[in-house]
Amino acid sequence: MLNGLLKANRWNALLEAIPEYYIPGFLMTLRTAICGLLLALLLGIIFGMLSTSRSRVLKAISRVYVEFFQNTPLALQVVFYYSCLPILLGGTGMRIPKFVLGLMGVGIYHGAYISEVIRTGIEAIPPGQSEAAKSQGFSYLQTMRYIIMPQTIRIIMPPLANQALNLVKNTSVLAMVAGMDLMYFTDSFGSSTGYFAQAYFCSALMYFIICYPLARLARYLEIRSMRQPVAKVNMTQMMEDSINV
Amino acid sequence: MADMVKVENLCKNFGDFEALKNINLTVREGEKLVIIGPSGSGKSTLIRCINYLEEPTSGKIFIGGQEVTRKNHREMAKKYSAMVFQQFNLYPHLTVMENLTLAPMKLQHVPKKEAEEEAMRCLKRVGLEEKAKVYPNQLSGGQQQRVAIARALCTKQKLLLFDEPTSALDPEMVQEVLNVMVELAKEKITMICVTHEMGFARQVADRVIFVHRGEIIEEGTPEHFFTNPEHERTKEFLSKILH
Repeated sequence: MLNGLLKANRWNALLEAIPEYYIPGFLMTLRTAICGLLLALLLGIIFGMLSTSRSRVLKAISRVYVEFFQNTPLALQVVFYYSCLPILLGGTGMRIPKFVLGLMGVGIYHGAYISEVIRTGIEAIPPGQSEAAKSQGFSYLQTMRYIIMPQTIRIIMPPLANQALNLVKNTSVLAMVAGMDLMYFTDSFGSSTGYFAQAYFCSALMYFIICYPLARLARYLEIRSMRQPVAKVNMTQMMEDSINV
Repeated sequence: MADMVKVENLCKNFGDFEALKNINLTVREGEKLVIIGPSGSGKSTLIRCINYLEEPTSGKIFIGGQEVTRKNHREMAKKYSAMVFQQFNLYPHLTVMENLTLAPMKLQHVPKKEAEEEAMRCLKRVGLEEKAKVYPNQLSGGQQQRVAIARALCTKQKLLLFDEPTSALDPEMVQEVLNVMVELAKEKITMICVTHEMGFARQVADRVIFVHRGEIIEEGTPEHFFTNPEHERTKEFLSKILH
């Protein structure tokens, strides 16, 4: 193994494979991750807010979504979208584009987790804040936008960043359905040449290139939001609630 | 004078517990009403129902002659009433100035410059104009409550509701808040105030009501309460808080 790792011809093969395998894979993963994150945030905000609403029906809808997607494997969900969804959609032999598969997979899955992050963030803000807003005549959405969310963001930044990073890495399950992503091309290069060490090393580096700046960005946003005071919150509760994948 | 607030047969239940039992109450425009009563008697619930923070189980509430309903309560809050809370409930992520201008700018669409000028006037009235740029957590409790009062003033409401505004304060800060309230009371504004500060009640109240177990059991001028309260329960309560 170590012998193979040092062989120059293997590294040369890797360099040659970069434009054909790694660049398209990298771009696909990046695209899927960015769009998937946007979808996850959107779903997370919507369902997070539903779960803090007064209506029991809305709460129940949010609960079902969260529990279902948190408690089934992502890989299974993606395979389901790949093989079963086209049939459910009419069975005309149409295939869902790989990019859409990927963004649905990670977006819906992480949306469930982000929904929980946002719910606990909203619940950590004392009810007096909503009451003050209500007494001034703010609607529910205005209260969320001007009063609750700005305070919530600081609290949820660390678990949210955690979710974003996991989302990027979880795009790799797309490889299971030939997703044309980084992991897929990595496997493809590795198995066609047998140079697995080089294949995975390069792949890891590319995931790192996406994740590391994201982690730094999250840290920066966290520090910046620290300067903004929030109402006293129950931090231990938050910590317990934000433990996740 | 016209009625500012009219409460008709108001009942509020929390589960099996009857917090308010058939309350009838009229507050005239410009009147200063003080509500007293032991804790758990329903006095806070009453003031919160007027502001629709609690939805009445039955009965009607009118403000300025218009019924407050589930549908219009936000409009009514915008138009008539402002509330000062026991726990201040300032928005901690906003500066004092932003706390004051948020509602006028977002709800009444007052231009920023105008809203800020009005906010400065309100801060001056509570003696905190130099604190406009700081965050609430940099202020003492008394100062925070004065900012909360300024925030209530800033929307130019006709009805101010105070829910035990001094109960969460350190004793030495109570007076600065009461002073501001006494000054406000000299104006035409209608004030309804839940409080245990009998000195304040005596100084500003036109009328005092005593609430016990969800019912108004005695009402009269402050003098009446201090000199010859009729009801046994009132006497007992007053003897305790007046020492």
